[in-house]
Amino acid sequence: MRKQNIVLTSSSFLILLFVLGVYIYKNQQVMKYRFMAQENASTFVREHSQTLGSDDAKVYLVEFSDPACETCSAFHPFVKKLMAVNPGKIKLVVRYAPFHDGADYFVKILEAARKQGKYWETLEVMYKTQRYWASHHNPQPQLIWKFLPSAGLDLEKIRNDMNDPEIAKLIKQDLADAKTLNVKKTPGFFVNGKPLHSFGYNQLKELVEAEIKENY
Amino acid sequence: MTNLDQASNANWTIIFICWIIASVSTLGSLFFSEIMEFPPCALCWYQRIFMFPLVLIFLTGLFPFDKSIVKYALPLAILGWCFAFYHYLLYSGIIPESLQPCSQGVSCSETYLDLFGFLTIPMLSLISFSTIVTLLFILKRRLSK
Repeated sequence: MRKQNIVLTSSSFLILLFVLGVYIYKNQQVMKYRFMAQENASTFVREHSQTLGSDDAKVYLVEFSDPACETCSAFHPFVKKLMAVNPGKIKLVVRYAPFHDGADYFVKILEAARKQGKYWETLEVMYKTQRYWASHHNPQPQLIWKFLPSAGLDLEKIRNDMNDPEIAKLIKQDLADAKTLNVKKTPGFFVNGKPLHSFGYNQLKELVEAEIKENY
Repeated sequence: MTNLDQASNANWTIIFICWIIASVSTLGSLFFSEIMEFPPCALCWYQRIFMFPLVLIFLTGLFPFDKSIVKYALPLAILGWCFAFYHYLLYSGIIPESLQPCSQGVSCSETYLDLFGFLTIPMLSLISFSTIVTLLFILKRRLSK
């Protein structure tokens, strides 16, 4: 064989091996998550997890998010739109993966707001004002307080409630589940236990639509 | 004449094997970081800096076969080997962790992969660099004869 051909054949073989490896690995991951979703559903949805949407929904959209994460904020309107387009079919489950330094502070505020029944309003306000208190991945906790009243919160009560050890425990549990499910970046989405093959709006939409098709 | 041909063919094959090793290492490390999403630590990055260009250097040295390939590839391979060796010592605990240069982000001594109970990522890197360095030294001796 000519030398050029040897090198060309080897290159093609190596690249093919790589692509095959990617394919096998991704498939394996999907199988792993499917198994986990069946055997151990609580890893995806805990008792304490905040949910949005009908209890009869058959498509569970689990989102590991961080209030200080810019991409989570950008995805939030998109997720809400997905739910609006498919009324009653999607249930959103919010899990926490506060990977940014000090981001658990905002989760604590959010969970304290839940006790006042203003969870989703507060989340909305947080995402909308995020660029003022967490720009360029540099959260500044004190700056958020002036935006919170617009969610209709009793700030004094928030300051007391947010130090509840139950909330710290809940964050710890969510972080442990994120580790189990190999969530290393936020937002981390699972649709009925299936992770996104690759990250993006369209990929999420496709996965959600595929699950709706399968279940309805 | 045929003897000379055979010798030059063998030399070509040595570089070809080096190229295969560098390519497999490069693709392998990309698989770990991009597909399996293991974040590369600082030391891994230094080893990548010396491994990735070797793929292209060996490839250009193959067509046509260029004797000076040793001169260009050896410094990269040796420096890469030093990082790999240091990383291996750190990983196996011979150098205490407090001495490691990467304090923030990813730990250099955290185990991500353990194939067959002994094959770790730093070990794979050390094996690759060692083989390439050895092959290049063999070639250097053959060429100086």
